[in-house]
Amino acid sequence: MNGGAGVYELVVNGVARAVEGAHPGDSLLHVLRDRLGLPGAKNACEQGECGSCSVLVDGALVCACLELAEAAAGCAITTVEGLTPAGSEPGDAALAGDVLTDVQQAMVEAGGVQCGFCTPGVVVAVHDLLARVPDPAPHEVREALAGNLCRCTGYGRILAAVEQVVTVRSSATMTPPGAR
Amino acid sequence: MTDLQAPPSRRGGSAGGHVGDSPIRPDGVPKVQGRFAFASDLQADGMLWGRTLRSPHPHARVGALDVGPALAIPGVSCVVTADDVPGAATYGLIASDQPVFARDVVRFVGEPVAAVAADHPDTARRALDAIAVRYEVLPPLVDAAAAADAPSIHPDGNVIRRIVIDHGDTTATGDVVVEGSYEVGMQDQAFLGPESGLAVPDGEGGVDLWVATQWLHEDRDQVAACLGLAPDAVRLHLGGVGGAFGGREDVSMQVHACLLALAAGRPVKMSYLRDESFLGHVHRHPARLHYRHHATKAGDLVKVEAEVVLDGGAYASSSAAVIANAARFACGPYRVPNARIEAVAARTNNPPCGAMRGFGAVQVCFAHESQMDRLAARLRLDPVELRLRNALGTGDVLPTGQRITGTAPVAECIRAAAAHPLPPPAGPQLLERPGGTGRTDDPARTRRGVGFAVGFKNLLYSEGFDDTSEARVRLAGGVATVTCAVAEVGQGFVTVAGQIARTALGCDAVVIEPATTVTAGSAGSSSASRQTWMSGGAVLQACRLVADQVRADLARRLGVAPESLALGDDGRIRSLSAGRGGDGGAQGPVDVTVAEAAGDRVFTASAVHRHRPTVPLDDHGQGDADVSYAFAAHRAVVDVDPDLGLVRVVQVATGQDVGKVLHPVQVIGQIEGGIAQGVGLAVMEEIVLDRGLVRNPSFTDYLVPTAADAPEVLATCIEQPEPGAPFGAKGVGEPPTISSTPAVVAAIRDATGVDVTRVPVRPWDLV
Repeated sequence: MNGGAGVYELVVNGVARAVEGAHPGDSLLHVLRDRLGLPGAKNACEQGECGSCSVLVDGALVCACLELAEAAAGCAITTVEGLTPAGSEPGDAALAGDVLTDVQQAMVEAGGVQCGFCTPGVVVAVHDLLARVPDPAPHEVREALAGNLCRCTGYGRILAAVEQVVTVRSSATMTPPGAR
Repeated sequence: MTDLQAPPSRRGGSAGGHVGDSPIRPDGVPKVQGRFAFASDLQADGMLWGRTLRSPHPHARVGALDVGPALAIPGVSCVVTADDVPGAATYGLIASDQPVFARDVVRFVGEPVAAVAADHPDTARRALDAIAVRYEVLPPLVDAAAAADAPSIHPDGNVIRRIVIDHGDTTATGDVVVEGSYEVGMQDQAFLGPESGLAVPDGEGGVDLWVATQWLHEDRDQVAACLGLAPDAVRLHLGGVGGAFGGREDVSMQVHACLLALAAGRPVKMSYLRDESFLGHVHRHPARLHYRHHATKAGDLVKVEAEVVLDGGAYASSSAAVIANAARFACGPYRVPNARIEAVAARTNNPPCGAMRGFGAVQVCFAHESQMDRLAARLRLDPVELRLRNALGTGDVLPTGQRITGTAPVAECIRAAAAHPLPPPAGPQLLERPGGTGRTDDPARTRRGVGFAVGFKNLLYSEGFDDTSEARVRLAGGVATVTCAVAEVGQGFVTVAGQIARTALGCDAVVIEPATTVTAGSAGSSSASRQTWMSGGAVLQACRLVADQVRADLARRLGVAPESLALGDDGRIRSLSAGRGGDGGAQGPVDVTVAEAAGDRVFTASAVHRHRPTVPLDDHGQGDADVSYAFAAHRAVVDVDPDLGLVRVVQVATGQDVGKVLHPVQVIGQIEGGIAQGVGLAVMEEIVLDRGLVRNPSFTDYLVPTAADAPEVLATCIEQPEPGAPFGAKGVGEPPTISSTPAVVAAIRDATGVDVTRVPVRPWDLV
């Protein structure tokens, strides 16, 4: 399984990153965390059950632990570190990390964060949900987040955070609902 | 009473940041950004990856062990075994009975046998495969009830601790007697952040370890003993902790990582995968319980007889304290004039069990609440009325002989839980029905049920344990810096510490220093619902010492007597007698915050907080063993598909005794999170054991509640300030997990008529 060191390029948060010396079987999660210095996606089960490693690959929500890193070459990968507020471009270094998205802000304010290990995955999953469904019904939110295990909150404050985002987005006159 | 069901907008993080407000967590922003460094995120130059070789057998003699083939693999740096442990061969929280590595015998599946360090996780994994171990398999002892009479599987014997409580007239009998046997499966903490740490040798024989733990100083002492080093040569620093719930009280990878790092002379990181995590930490004790309740015809409890057997697994961990809790809280939060309780924690070849949220109170609560429902049915009384009739209050005496001197609003909790509105019938959405989208029930056959339960447990450590906490506070330039070695595991101590400092010093800016053994004394464990009280108390005490220094300094500068200036609980210094001579010197009456008065001068103080002393139980289970108690009542509503035996927990309403709400958002977070874990134990969470083998060490097969499973929670906090607790606040983390489980099971019985006596309730228990 250590058949040779791979050299390929991943486009992560809008930036092309060379990956050198990776094992061919390395997961996208391992490469992001341990080779590219992006530990935002977490390693809680490494078998696609917990959603802690949720990232977007070409806009699709996936568990990075189940993706072969090399197979994601050429795809646009967005991790929690690359989420940016509405109106800015992914990978905008001036914004990423310094300004919270409305989802991140709501998670902090509503108490959706305790230990925080599931949080990056939840944040990515909520962004994905609200991009697809701007005004989800409560059961749709629960279903969309059912792939993101949280052991601390019992989900109540996470659901409250989503509700807060939906309310603010739908009442914002300057921004069409769901835009980001 | 505080109703925590206000709209989220009113409960959202507020800017005030004082006690009673809901400021955002200081670690909240980095956590939502993915920038918060958890222990498994840590890296160091030249770092190696450590992995652990574990026993595949629950009980076996260990013969020849050949590490040569592993060392021959390129990239493998070192392998360590029992022969490489320079200090104590064993460790443990209460008894040092667990080997760092098995030497002659393995006693549970997953017991560490060796560890390797290599340049890549895959290399380390292949190295483990290359280590040859010869085992002679022995029959496993897996029945805790039979363990006392079975041949010893450990030099310390098979009975970890037996407790008998004799209270009142143990020959008393009631007009009615109800009897039942109950069983609780093995629950896992299932924290999301795996056991992880990074050990870095200092080049002088010592080591630094960044680790996810609940108690840095206790780990430090156990690790140093095993390494044969002085405690100050082993420096522990808190790595970000991804949840704990009791599962990080025991040492897991700490000693192994340090041994590997010292052997390799390079940093070594260890981070368990999920299957290893399920084997690598202690679990909640499985229990078998037999109860007999005696009562008068009117419904007054006369006597409770209980036999409790907890399966401690292969090593003692905290079993001796867990079984003492199970015994002390076996009768529930009721006035019980007479009792006979026999509780045993026994050793088996099952995985070791220890601390988990609720700590012994959970298992007995399932039994005593099931019994209360049996009694209510027998007496044709309403279950809520029966509980109210027998509810404990301040001044009542527990089966240990201890009189409750603090607050005990049991009746208030019961009434508050019962007063919440019931949910509407299930709607048309599949996710609102048992089985969700994966299966479909027949709505015409789905049955709703409602159940009730009450529970309680101790706050802080008990039985004579002096679990102190130390904190240091520095005030300068309007910034309070708090140094305390509390393990922030997600509970939000860092938020509360800031609120306390802002409130006591009247400052806006608070910096919480990283937790480490280097700069602070022990803060004790982040367990037993104790940190808000104990370390919050230490922070408050240190703040008050600082404030007193500031007051004295201000008085000196104003040329007035210190006694003429009063320190308020609001962090302000005021002249005692405004308008009269001398109080404010030439500048008139004083009314400033402590921080304003301090200005740029530097003031520092340390404090060690202690709770009032307690005593161990005597031979009859008597003694004032506890500092304080916290109570909660839960009402659960379930829908059950009787054809498939699937349960949907629709709603859990609660009244909880909290003393005082310090942070409304964090309190509701603890209540909702704790209830989710109680619901999990009721209907889905169990480590399935088969002759000592763990059959489901993954999130595929060990189910924890998802967002689709978690019930709506309605919570009322009963605020009766607890004497002796800072701000009167009780710990809030554990009570939600204790009686939520039996409330759900009572609702299932109500819905189905099936006399369920075991948790988790499985589909085949209902059809």
